[in-house]
Amino acid sequence: MKELRLMKGNEAFAEACIRAGADGYFGYPITPQSEVMEYLMAQKTHERTGMVTLQAESEIAAINMVYGGAGCGKRVLTSSSSPGISLKQEGISYIAGAELPCLILNVVRGGPGLGTIQPSQSDYFQSTKGGGHGDYKLIVLAPASVQEMADFAGLGFELAFKYRNPVLILSDGAIGQMMEKVLLDVQKPRFTMEEIRKNTPWATIGKTPDRDHNIITSLDLESIKMEQHNHELQKKYRAIEENEVRYEKFSCEDAEYAFVAYGTSARICQKSIELARAEGIKVGLLRPITLFPFPKKAIKEMTSKVKGILCVEMSAGQMIEDVQLAVEGRVKVEHFGRYGGIVHSPSEIVEALKKQIIGG
Amino acid sequence: MAEFKTNPEIVQPENVVYKRTELLTPKDLSYCPGCGHGTAHRIIMEVIEEMGIQSETIAVAPVGCSVLAYEFMNVDIQQASHGRAPAVATAIKRLFPDKFVFTYQGDGDLAAIGTAETIHACNRGENITIFFINNGIYGMTGGQMAPTTLPGMKSSTSPYGRDVATMGNPLKMTELVATLPGTLYVTRQAVHTPSAVRKAKRAVRKAFENQKLNKGLSFVEIVSNCNSGWKMTPLQSNEWMVDNMFPFYPIGDIKVNDDK
Repeated sequence: MKELRLMKGNEAFAEACIRAGADGYFGYPITPQSEVMEYLMAQKTHERTGMVTLQAESEIAAINMVYGGAGCGKRVLTSSSSPGISLKQEGISYIAGAELPCLILNVVRGGPGLGTIQPSQSDYFQSTKGGGHGDYKLIVLAPASVQEMADFAGLGFELAFKYRNPVLILSDGAIGQMMEKVLLDVQKPRFTMEEIRKNTPWATIGKTPDRDHNIITSLDLESIKMEQHNHELQKKYRAIEENEVRYEKFSCEDAEYAFVAYGTSARICQKSIELARAEGIKVGLLRPITLFPFPKKAIKEMTSKVKGILCVEMSAGQMIEDVQLAVEGRVKVEHFGRYGGIVHSPSEIVEALKKQIIGG
Repeated sequence: MAEFKTNPEIVQPENVVYKRTELLTPKDLSYCPGCGHGTAHRIIMEVIEEMGIQSETIAVAPVGCSVLAYEFMNVDIQQASHGRAPAVATAIKRLFPDKFVFTYQGDGDLAAIGTAETIHACNRGENITIFFINNGIYGMTGGQMAPTTLPGMKSSTSPYGRDVATMGNPLKMTELVATLPGTLYVTRQAVHTPSAVRKAKRAVRKAFENQKLNKGLSFVEIVSNCNSGWKMTPLQSNEWMVDNMFPFYPIGDIKVNDDK
């Protein structure tokens, strides 16, 4: 039976991970996401499902624990917030290079540096353009509600294993901290040894006589082989772009203008649409749910209907670059950002629309 | 592999007194001739073979000279990022408590960049084995100063010798982890003579057997030579190791907690 609960975003994510059959969580406290590990510890996950929950000595150790667990074909995850996610970048690059499935939650706070503990969306570049070294891509999911914090745990593991690729859930301090009702999935069983053997034959679970020893590595000193490995990675990223684009449209049928916004910004834009339409301004919203793969085609198609696009981000302007690439100059694209931990008000977004797009 | 001329009359099954363990792959080792890594690999793999635990063993290789250990050790193995092998091994062991899990790390990996992971895995009492190869130098990158480089010892980044006033003192990680309650067995061994190899192999065996007890981490340092990095012949480097490394890093058990 599905269960309806009132929960914080961070707690809903943690509960959903248990229910998705997670085998291990490895984390380090940082505001505004510490509830994830606190919730898992309080749940005694080891008694409840056999899931390991371990507080590591650093974010670096935590992401490398994820590497170890993922290399064994287990469903493993970590969570952190911006400065901690920066520390994890080397490990994420290794995980992407070794093609291991795992889940990473970033409950973004304002930066740069230690920044602030308030919500922000200033880690878009880091999440979608690489973050660590080398040519790699994460699958990036952007929840806009507590419900999606829960739903993307299961979806994240599914995509991670489908593509042998790390999945990043790019949330923010607002969604992590706010409480909403959430419909939780039923408990899924954890993988059995037979399933690990069958579904992840590459996993290091002990060499048996019927196969060669399994090796988890991101290293190849022969450049020609490393180039080939990179070709395979790029092929995989193209397949992800082909198959996994997710987005949502609001009030776009008759729209003359559009907002493009994800996560918390998209929630605020829905209110802005109400305010603008009350004034007779026909504006809609395209909300990317996957930030990689980015809904390029949907945005490009929109340019035949709308006169201008306002990108609303809690950043100095990061996602706008992907919107501009999709629009290819067909219509005007402008950025309206609040950052450093400040969240837009719905009315100032309407004002920005009028000033930068309609009147501009 | 290189072809060796053999006398077919002598090479008969009944004459075999010793052979390479099948737990080492047939690949040629990438280590310099004279280096202790090959022997350290061999005794670890022999112990796994003798204990019959190949299918129950998961290893973690480091960054450094032994980064390619996964090419030679015929067990399921993960190659960790620099210094993080104890964190990787922690997760593997927590997820598979019945498997035998070990890391194999050099001094730069374990005692410099990976200090935090080493200390915390030891302090949590992770039920794993850490093999620590200490040759006092960064071999892979061409002989730079390591955390374990001796005072006055020359390296490419301490070309006039390690000056402790400006470069700090060598770190005795093995003595340090022995003070932590999470370690069950801490020992320092060497592999430069047949008798040292036999003793080291007994330590390796004990370290693996300890994992059955579930009572804490076993830490086996192997003081080794780096004839290339030290700019010596293999023989000279072993003599230099005995004369200079052993007084600073004395061989023997540091913590044996049999009744813990």
